[in-house]
Amino acid sequence: MAKRDSMPTSIETKRNEEPSELLRELVAHLRQNRTQLREEWVVRITETRLLTAMTKEEIFAEATSVYDSYVEALETEAFEALQAYARNLSERIIPRGVETHEVVGIVLLLRDVLARSLFAKYQNDFKKLNRILDAYEPAANRIANTVAVGFVQERERVIRQQQEAIRELSTPVLQVRERLLILPIIGVIDPQRARQLTEQLLRGIRTNRAKVVVIDITGVAAMDVTVANHLVQTVEASRLLGATVIVTGLSPEIAQTLVTIGVDLGKMNTVGDLQGGIEQAERLLGYKVETLAEPR
Amino acid sequence: MEVPILKQGAVLIATFQAALSDADLNQLRMGLVQQVVKFRSRAVIVDVTAMDVMDSFASRTLREIALMIRLRGAETVIVGIHPEVAFAMVQLGLTLEGVATALDLEEGLAYLNEKFKTTN
Repeated sequence: MAKRDSMPTSIETKRNEEPSELLRELVAHLRQNRTQLREEWVVRITETRLLTAMTKEEIFAEATSVYDSYVEALETEAFEALQAYARNLSERIIPRGVETHEVVGIVLLLRDVLARSLFAKYQNDFKKLNRILDAYEPAANRIANTVAVGFVQERERVIRQQQEAIRELSTPVLQVRERLLILPIIGVIDPQRARQLTEQLLRGIRTNRAKVVVIDITGVAAMDVTVANHLVQTVEASRLLGATVIVTGLSPEIAQTLVTIGVDLGKMNTVGDLQGGIEQAERLLGYKVETLAEPR
Repeated sequence: MEVPILKQGAVLIATFQAALSDADLNQLRMGLVQQVVKFRSRAVIVDVTAMDVMDSFASRTLREIALMIRLRGAETVIVGIHPEVAFAMVQLGLTLEGVATALDLEEGLAYLNEKFKTTN
């Protein structure tokens, strides 16, 4: 409880001489009524239809450990431990499809349940109730905050990780002939990915000493102005390195979008499909492909 | 710092050293435009491999060099633009339109040889 001194910001210190004393009393109360309060909390969780992705037993097990961590955080004010716990909890429940509003919801429910039990206990001593609440509420708010932030951070971390994985998977620059590269683009292109694609392609042009690049966008579902402009930039940057770009696989929908929004693709060399693109690239490079025998 | 202009057969080669001031660029422009006729050169190669930054002035000067050289009856090839520089340039809208480019000096010479062959 020595930590109290290092937290001068809380309001209750101004209004109250011995908040740590009150908190201790509070914690003792919560420990004493652990079973009953936890039970009540779980009932409230089920009533409000939170955590529907989890079974009753799971909810009860999680509720128990959350309750204990909650009381412990109230007692020790060691929010780092709670933060670590929240992250750990999020790591377990995010794959189960638990949403942010549910996590925030259950923590607020617990705060509510505990506050009600405090009202019930001190209803005859209004002054004491006030002081207890002064001690309890800032701490409870901080806990709710910590858990919610921990959950969101963990989620963001997971999303970042997945984005990274997708990005690494999805940008192959392939050499199909001496000085001829293919860049097949699949999926959605956002500005960040477009940038990465361009950088990778330019590096590929340099290391493979490519003269012609075929960018195949058969796998791109939609294209807006930003992405189209990125494509134009990629073509121009490749030209600065001395490489010609052929774009293939523009779908009718994309062609229509581009015409409608008026993106200037006039500088671009486009061919209907990948095969046509490679054939034209071979012509540019001076290759001549001949069949040696009739295929059987 | 003056940029040396090398004569290699029918081609003039100017190699940019690191960062050049605007005055250096102007001097280079005048030097190339004068010498291309003096040596009866058919083409000019400007090698910018050493430039890891290309500002709008440098980019504009390169383009002007190319256009002036064309008016003097020869062709210009810009070689050695770094991938990062190329990306930065197109984002700034500096695309060196109408100017031939090649990966490096070797590619530039190969491109010109090919061109000389067909026009001879």
